[in-house]
Amino acid sequence: MNPVDIFIDIFLLLLMAAVAIAIVRSHLMFAVVMLSGIFSLLAAVLYVHLTAVDVAFTEAAVGAGVSTLLFLATLALTHVNVEEKHKPVRMVPLVIVVATGAMLIWGTLDMPHYGDPEAPANKHVAPRYIQDSPKETGLPNMVTSVLASYRGYDTLGEVVVIFTAGAGVLVILGRGRRRWRPGVKDEDGDNAEEERA
Amino acid sequence: MFTAAAVAILVTMVMAIIRAVKGPTFYDRVVAVNMFGTKSLLLIAVLGFLIERPEFLDIALVYALINFVGVIAVMKFFRYSHLGLPHAGDDLGDL
Repeated sequence: MNPVDIFIDIFLLLLMAAVAIAIVRSHLMFAVVMLSGIFSLLAAVLYVHLTAVDVAFTEAAVGAGVSTLLFLATLALTHVNVEEKHKPVRMVPLVIVVATGAMLIWGTLDMPHYGDPEAPANKHVAPRYIQDSPKETGLPNMVTSVLASYRGYDTLGEVVVIFTAGAGVLVILGRGRRRWRPGVKDEDGDNAEEERA
Repeated sequence: MFTAAAVAILVTMVMAIIRAVKGPTFYDRVVAVNMFGTKSLLLIAVLGFLIERPEFLDIALVYALINFVGVIAVMKFFRYSHLGLPHAGDDLGDL
């Protein structure tokens, strides 16, 4: 990695830290929602810089897009816009959080470097995918062959999970969609007006 | 050249964050987030040329679309507290 890349990475991470501190210290809930959108955008740029483009897409669409809207919807429903005054900093939780973070950083020290071709993750099954997957699956794209063939059951499970989650969300949100119209019976057969009252 | 552009975009990002943190009105913050989205897609485009993967330009285009739709949705929600058709009255529980 050249120095410019490292500088951009460090700068983006510093910005993320600054935004996170601003989120914690903000009184206004609306500002917190907007800042969390910015936080997600920063994370998305970092993922793109790590060439994890698909993860970055998900982060931008879900983190910066949908979850911002969900937060705003929650604010509109709860009508709470100002949080309580700051409490003084409590030392014990701060020490625990800093110690846990330091331990996690220490734990990453003996991990292989980013993109290291000698890393175990790149030695395990990746050479076989690279060399044999066109022959074994007949697919020209290596990622597709892994997702649709080698990990076919895993992908099927993921699709089932997403379908179930989507169906659950539709069941919950669909309830509020029923509109009251005078003289129109709803699906249950009883009068909608009675049900409202 | 691209390095200078990237540094300039990073500086603008800092300014947008400052406005989003300080911004006295709602609209300051919404515009700050919109501008930050624009800056992040510009940074992605410049990064594509910096790390010699110019196809990142397409990704930046899709980011522009997400950003556009997202800000429209936020403003619409702000105006109507609702994402469907504008309607009168307080209909709690309806998203």
